[in-house]
Amino acid sequence: MPKLNVNGKTLEYQADEGTPLLWVLREQLGLTGTKYGCGIAQCGACTVHVDGVPMRACVMPAAAIKPTQKITTIEGLSPDASHPIQRAWQALDVPQCGFCQSGMIMAAAALVKAKPNPTDKDIDEAMTNICRCGTYNRVRTAIHAAAREMAAQKKGAKPKKVAALGKEVLDITHVETKSGGAA
Amino acid sequence: MSAVTNVARRRFVKSSAAAAGSLVIGFHVPAALKPAFAQANTTAAPVPPELNAWVVIQPDDRVIVRIARSEMGQGTLTGLAQMVCEELECDWSKVSTEYPTPGQQLARRRVWGSFGTGGSRGIRESQDYVRKGGAAARIVLLQAAADEWKVPVSECTVEKGVITHGPSKRRTTYGKVAAAAAKIPAPAGDTIKLKDPKDWKLIGKRIARLDTIEKTNGKQVYGMDLKLPNMLHAAVKACPVFGGKLKSYDEAEILKRPGVKKVIRIDDTAVAVVADTWWRAKTALDAMKIEWDEGPNAKASSEAFAKVLKAGLDATDVNVGNRVGDAPAAIASAARKIEAVYSYPHQNHACMETMNATVLWTPDKCEAWVPTQNGEAAHAALAEAAGLPPAKCEVYKLHLGGGFGRRGKTDYVTQATRIARQMPGVPVKMVWSREEDMAQGRFHPITACKLTAALDDKGEITGLHMRIAGQSILAGLAPQRMVNGADPVVFQGLNPSGPETPIGYTFPNLLIDHAMRNPHVPPGFWRGVNLNQNAIYLECFLDEVAHATKQDPLALRRKLMAKHPKHLAVLNAVAERVGYDKPAPAGVFRGLAQTAGFGAYVAACAEVSVSKDGVLKIHRIVAATDCGNAVNPQQIEAQVEGSFVYGLAAALYQECTVKDGRIEQTNFGDYPCLKMADMPKVETVILTSGGFWGGVGEPTIAVAAPAVLNAIFAATGKRIRDLPLKNHSLKA
Repeated sequence: MPKLNVNGKTLEYQADEGTPLLWVLREQLGLTGTKYGCGIAQCGACTVHVDGVPMRACVMPAAAIKPTQKITTIEGLSPDASHPIQRAWQALDVPQCGFCQSGMIMAAAALVKAKPNPTDKDIDEAMTNICRCGTYNRVRTAIHAAAREMAAQKKGAKPKKVAALGKEVLDITHVETKSGGAA
Repeated sequence: MSAVTNVARRRFVKSSAAAAGSLVIGFHVPAALKPAFAQANTTAAPVPPELNAWVVIQPDDRVIVRIARSEMGQGTLTGLAQMVCEELECDWSKVSTEYPTPGQQLARRRVWGSFGTGGSRGIRESQDYVRKGGAAARIVLLQAAADEWKVPVSECTVEKGVITHGPSKRRTTYGKVAAAAAKIPAPAGDTIKLKDPKDWKLIGKRIARLDTIEKTNGKQVYGMDLKLPNMLHAAVKACPVFGGKLKSYDEAEILKRPGVKKVIRIDDTAVAVVADTWWRAKTALDAMKIEWDEGPNAKASSEAFAKVLKAGLDATDVNVGNRVGDAPAAIASAARKIEAVYSYPHQNHACMETMNATVLWTPDKCEAWVPTQNGEAAHAALAEAAGLPPAKCEVYKLHLGGGFGRRGKTDYVTQATRIARQMPGVPVKMVWSREEDMAQGRFHPITACKLTAALDDKGEITGLHMRIAGQSILAGLAPQRMVNGADPVVFQGLNPSGPETPIGYTFPNLLIDHAMRNPHVPPGFWRGVNLNQNAIYLECFLDEVAHATKQDPLALRRKLMAKHPKHLAVLNAVAERVGYDKPAPAGVFRGLAQTAGFGAYVAACAEVSVSKDGVLKIHRIVAATDCGNAVNPQQIEAQVEGSFVYGLAAALYQECTVKDGRIEQTNFGDYPCLKMADMPKVETVILTSGGFWGGVGEPTIAVAAPAVLNAIFAATGKRIRDLPLKNHSLKA
């Protein structure tokens, strides 16, 4: 039986020739956090890491991946949703419907790993995932927040609580509340 | 196949009941009110101590708030829980939520009001009764504590679920008195006094959503992710030409493929392949030869529709939506006339999660797991397709991977049920491919609009005629809601008055009428509905009039809005925030738009630049919303930002064109969406003028396109009157 290394475990699977990695993950290995959105590598909802590199699993035949290559899915990004990207997402309430967010988070996690201090341009180029709810601005803010948090931790700072991280970043989102017109 | 299951089959019963643990609770939902099969399947688990339909409190003080509306990203789950808990005075950190089922709703005579989640109605239409639900629970909890202590209830107070008897300083908690409280008759709704807004502790606060964590770790189970024991998977194709029929298909080779269990004809309309995995079902279906009888619409095209709409612009068979004075006479005698024709295309909702439903049918009961915006409609569709009485059917709602109006329709529930009915006793999960989702949409209606303004010799508007020609959503989707053959929803944002859709301007003479022209493409409520194109037509045309008469677009609007203070207030808030009295940065140009709909007032200013090569850059959007009361400002901001994504994707890129009777676009490659690199900064100003509750999820979409189109005109002198923008060149 063919094998894949997923989230640190070597798993056997059975699938017809040409079955994309996405459907092996979802239907053979029970990992439904990775989503189907388009099947043609346009939307990025199926983004996983293969040896740390973000890949669109919907067009990647599972058989093309060697058992020695390490696949990480959203379920394996951290054991307890504590990856700095996930924490920043929680702090900022980034998800709306949430369906695209596994792919967004995987793309963002790969970005901050490759570029610990990404610019807005880096984010524009790396984050090509589609979100129909329109979470892009919070995604951007959360990536910057996560990058800052990771840099601080590298210098020995303790991880901030999600709520504190949230307060810090929510302050940048231009809120203004005032009373409206009469009548 | 994996045997793992990931959702409790009876989410509701299990979630409330299981946590009650071994404690004996002295309150039960009368057995007669429970669906027969739910009862049969809930063995000895005690029914939770429901205080009323909205609130369950566990012995350990955990609070379960029942949410009737569907969560599809808009945050209604959290907002509604805030409303209930504002009056309940419980500990917010102990709150979780659950969906009551449509079967329970039916059995309990619609105790939860509407399940319908559309028209930005979640908060605004249920705010009163959900707050009263929270208050009623608080009243019986306090009474139960007072009874236990044998003291007057007036001497008891509560904070965060801890009840204190003032004189004796005795304390207890909601969890400890919940069982006793559940036996106390609920106070009548009209005797309940809700809090004064100045005393609100949860409403108006930037509270974190209750559903975020599972959306960051892959654990949120969407309909598409559902796994049930022995479940099979279905892929489906319906006739790509609307109104066409299934003629024949060649299943012999398909049935030999590994994992394929059955090929199923769904009436005359569609064919499905059922297999042990969806990938196998989908690839088998793609390989199958299918012949369609394409019917009378086989040659229909967008070009042909456009001609019909154009003729409708001068037709006489019209319905009037708004009439003041005599606009045609004013136009006939005008010193000067300005006229322009606009149009708006068909568009697909393109939810990230394609349509799907899982159905388990047996001869005497039928259950479905559905991401739906309308649980009750899904339940009715299920019962009808299952051929069973509604009392023998049940729907379990799942969070939606996007809705935008598409999931208010139940066509996909019917289809999944038709499939499952041919697989008795086996749960079948039907999932549409993206291609099927694009082909079988319920599309944004197509319309055209001719606007004619009469001007006097000073350039003041003396009359306006706005003729809309085109598709009626109600005619296609809900003909029972038509009024004397007319579709009142067509005039969204243009009506004389009313909380839903009042026009924000006063014209001395005004005529807004509609020539209904319905193509064969099925329409749907598409986030923002008819407000979208109506705001483009009116806001861009007023911009045309302003430029033609050498008036500032803001000044012209202010003049026309003097009698519409709430509309004006949001526009003024935008102007102030954007710094309208100062010029925009060099090379940057501004466009304005305002409208009202879904009970709220909205306005926006876009700041854009256009390069010599015609490349548009949207630098900044300032948007204002007056929704009366702001329940959760950080979620309102999220909705406003998201509205620009949805509205600008539509304006910039999206159209569904028809050729040979079918939709030409098949996937995100030819139906692009807005992405990160396109996304402007959005600054949201929330106004809370109070005294009403307005919707938030939709109205702002309507100002996205006109604000940007007006800014493009300011930058280039090019007036875009038909969308999407990708069909035009902005090159100098």
